[in-house]
Amino acid sequence: MDTVTDLSLREIGVAASKVLGRPVEVRSESHIGRDLAVDSLALMNIIMELEDTFDISIPLDRLASVETAGDLSKLINDLRTRA
Amino acid sequence: MGLFDKHLAYRDAYKAIQDAGADPFKVRFDAVTSPTEGVVEGRPTILLGTNNYLGLTFDQEAIDASVKAVQERGTGTTGSRIANGSFEAHVELEQELAKFYGRKHAMVFTTGYQANLGVLSTLVGRGDHLILDADSHASIYDGSRLGHAEVIRFRHNDPEDLAKRLRRLGDAPGERLIVVEGVYSMIGDVAPLKEIAAVKRELGGYLLVDEAHSMGVLGATGRGLAEAAGVEDDVDFIVGTFSKSLGAIGGFCVSNLDDFDVMRVVCRPYMFTASLPPAVVASTITALRRMVEQPELRDRLNRNAKRLYDGLTAMGFHTGPTASPVVATTIPDQERAIAMWNGLLQAGVYLNLALPPATPDSRPLLRASVSAAHTDEQIDAVLGAFAEIGAALGVIEPLKRARA
Repeated sequence: MDTVTDLSLREIGVAASKVLGRPVEVRSESHIGRDLAVDSLALMNIIMELEDTFDISIPLDRLASVETAGDLSKLINDLRTRA
Repeated sequence: MGLFDKHLAYRDAYKAIQDAGADPFKVRFDAVTSPTEGVVEGRPTILLGTNNYLGLTFDQEAIDASVKAVQERGTGTTGSRIANGSFEAHVELEQELAKFYGRKHAMVFTTGYQANLGVLSTLVGRGDHLILDADSHASIYDGSRLGHAEVIRFRHNDPEDLAKRLRRLGDAPGERLIVVEGVYSMIGDVAPLKEIAAVKRELGGYLLVDEAHSMGVLGATGRGLAEAAGVEDDVDFIVGTFSKSLGAIGGFCVSNLDDFDVMRVVCRPYMFTASLPPAVVASTITALRRMVEQPELRDRLNRNAKRLYDGLTAMGFHTGPTASPVVATTIPDQERAIAMWNGLLQAGVYLNLALPPATPDSRPLLRASVSAAHTDEQIDAVLGAFAEIGAALGVIEPLKRARA
């Protein structure tokens, strides 16, 4: 069975593929800028997709500490449990 | 490792543009002789990228007022209003702005950028929610980072998406401030403000509209989109600038909310910077009056905008959704965007080259801003240059050129 983290990681991959228009393989340790070649603008659009997927708001100010897909996954899971 | 290493990717991208034979960030005007004419490398050049919507930079009355002010009051204020005090003209300008917008309060900032920085960071703070249109100007994003509010974006010009995000907040504590622009500066599209105001009425919160590119451009008296859409009562704050329709520099915010003036002692981008110099304040007061006196400038502006927009669209260029004083043409790739921009400059037409990531949809844009001061002949000359260079570069089909 998938863990919660697996689920959000997979959805990060889906959202990134949709925004970037190319297949993106996401692992927990993938660096969003370096490994996935996602710039700050694309990241914000990926965030928007994820907000809809999980029906949460991900405030931009919380993204400052996000470097890897794992960080983002953790942030999403935090926000989901808070809700 | 050096301090600039983190920016090397930008240096390389910039160098690639320079290697392509153009440097859009280093255009030097040897002379600017009117709101629509300049000289670049000895060539007479039509200015089509200046945001000088009403052409008031050379208004004789504004120039005379500015000259008189600099002679009588000197070149600068040499300090902030909170430390050095206000000149009488600062207060007069605020009174005139409040009167023009029919609101109780007005506050003037040294630039439009600082107006957004100051107002956004002061109105909402930790525990509050700032809800921005995704395509907001950099000054809005920077203001959002200065104030520690939770920042949420909604899809550009999408009131439904705004509603969804407000509902998602539920009954979370904290104030909500919705921020949109009247006219978006990159492709000239207009916010669906009536619908956005309806969402605000239904779900609560405050609404701020940045009318930087719509002041003097939209509305029966030039008050902007809020006036044009008939929702001024729903708009709690209007932010604007003096650097476009009013032909100078500076920013402002007007509002009817009580206690607005407390911002003067808590809004850091207002408090800790020198106030506008007398010459700028004097020309701005005059330009505001001249704008009100000459509604025909707005008609001419919109007619010019339509002439350029219709002409480009008919030739097959990919333009924005509506004719507005910002007319943006999407070019398929960066190489041709640079070549086209450069070709236009060589042909005596100056406009703005906008490259991703500063553009929506990650596509390069040639951004033109039309002025009431443009003549039909100038716009037709611009269309001729677009047709020739666009066809030569394969951006449009040569067939359509014959019709243009």
